[in-house]
Amino acid sequence: MDVVDTAPDAASRAREADAPRNSQVARFGAERPLKLDAGVELSPFQIAYKTYGTLNAERSNAVLICHALTGDHHVASVNPVTGKSGWWETMVGPGKPIDTERYFVICPNVLGACMGTTGPASTNPQTGKPWGLEFPVITVRDMVRAQAMLLDELEIATLFSVAGGSMGGMQVLQWAASYPDRVFSALPIACATRHSAQNIAFHEVGRQAVMADPEWRHGRYFAEGTSPRRGLAVARMGAHITYLSDPALHRKFGRKFQDRENPTFSFDADFEVESYLRHQGSSFVERFDANSYLYLTRAMDYFDLAADYQGVVANAFRGAETRFCVVSFTSDWLFPTAESRAIVHALNASGARVSFAEIVTDKGHDAFLLEEPELFAIVRGFLDGAAKARGLKSGS
Amino acid sequence: MLSRLKRDLTMADAARAPGGARVDLLLVADMVAPGSKVLDIGAGDGELLRILGEQRGVDGRGIELSREGVNECVAKGLAVIQGDADTDLADYPNDAFDYVILSQTLQATRRPRAVLEHMLRIGRNAVVSFPNFGHWKIRLQLGFGGHMPSTDNLPYAWWDSPNIHFCTIKDFVVLCDVTGAKMERAVAFNAWGTPLRFNAPWWFWNLFGEQAVFLLSRRG
Repeated sequence: MDVVDTAPDAASRAREADAPRNSQVARFGAERPLKLDAGVELSPFQIAYKTYGTLNAERSNAVLICHALTGDHHVASVNPVTGKSGWWETMVGPGKPIDTERYFVICPNVLGACMGTTGPASTNPQTGKPWGLEFPVITVRDMVRAQAMLLDELEIATLFSVAGGSMGGMQVLQWAASYPDRVFSALPIACATRHSAQNIAFHEVGRQAVMADPEWRHGRYFAEGTSPRRGLAVARMGAHITYLSDPALHRKFGRKFQDRENPTFSFDADFEVESYLRHQGSSFVERFDANSYLYLTRAMDYFDLAADYQGVVANAFRGAETRFCVVSFTSDWLFPTAESRAIVHALNASGARVSFAEIVTDKGHDAFLLEEPELFAIVRGFLDGAAKARGLKSGS
Repeated sequence: MLSRLKRDLTMADAARAPGGARVDLLLVADMVAPGSKVLDIGAGDGELLRILGEQRGVDGRGIELSREGVNECVAKGLAVIQGDADTDLADYPNDAFDYVILSQTLQATRRPRAVLEHMLRIGRNAVVSFPNFGHWKIRLQLGFGGHMPSTDNLPYAWWDSPNIHFCTIKDFVVLCDVTGAKMERAVAFNAWGTPLRFNAPWWFWNLFGEQAVFLLSRRG
């Protein structure tokens, strides 16, 4: 596989985890530990984040964006690691549906990730070495608890909105459940109140791919100067398929050959779709930490909102004043519409104010990141309505 | 039966009022107390919810079957979800709303009785508007034309009509009795949205009312 030909750059990834470029960093010292669901405290720790737009005088126009599993906080500006534009520039920016001329947008790198918020690639202050598998196992609720501490630091009592897709959507739901008084409106997109058995199964395949790579070295690859690139690339290739759909793959690639007329009767990437997946795998390992991948997939697996509320999701939102807008996509088979419908049923049962739209697309789970005019219209309309109710002026 | 009702004669006399809103929706809106909490089943493009929000300061939610309708509503900032009156009302808790509205949708449900019972469980009041199948034009088409009626108000051929449970005003009153719904107010109006004389006898309503709106409450 071509991914092994590139020299590993573990050192630069470790640097990004401790000292992220082009980011703001909030540091929480020994006096402000993060209490984790695992029963331990994380301290000290830091959160890397980006902000866009201006916080108004009433501090009432803040929108928190929660990123997905392999996302980061570079929502609407150039990513310093990849050099590519922000992952949600179609959605967030001046005049965009999440309008930075009107709202103050905050996006933190999630706890356990590798782009500047404390995670397994960060240096453990006790040892001076990367945390690796010494890092405690974290949950979505831990991620949200850390984000709440960041908002305290920024002196933002209430969020105008919390938005995110996939794992970001899980954080949105957790926000509404854990801090109902701090969330005026919530936009959980393409997500669920719990990770399904099938989704846990896919994640386990990905983790096993990482751990089966001899270069993984039980998570100590930084210290041993190795990098489980093959394993992580395979994990990404498998996961990437689940983000797309059969029709989308067929439309994009069909059975077309890659730069050749005939099959080579070898295990080369004969098909375009193979070449595409290999590229996805190899570019992913350039920007992501293998241990972070283990921790974040685990956090998603553990997510089960009902479990914290007597087995009834509706109890999580009991008495919530938050306005919800739930969005799903017809071809998303990772977080199918039925999962979003279950969220809506729970919200209805708890009497919450909820909108729910299913968008027709063949782009699969990844549709929330792509050009989907209907999604943009819905997000814009929902936020406009909420802004009126909140008394926000148009334009800050 | 209908003679016991207080009948209203309050609304505009054109199918579209000066603001451009459909008169049947204005008649429905007129039955809703300002500032109340409302669930609109069959929200369509959100027109009724918009009227209720703007004119009566209502906290409105909606359910709509068609995806296009839902997405249009949500993009307008309305709290509308995709759902089916026949299956999804069971998910709502008791007494969640002051009013549950079913506007021009009753005849398209599979189980009208169950829908009405859910409406009066979820809400303290129910508002139901429906096309009257006892209207003289419809009787003429079936009685003398010998074919299923098709009118401006009900333009479908029988094989592609979403309307599977037509009823007359008289029939609806029977359903109210069976479900234990108490009739608070009722209006019947003609094709131009003109409400019929309130003191007309019930057979007059049933013959000349093209549509009807009922405000119901739980009995007892």
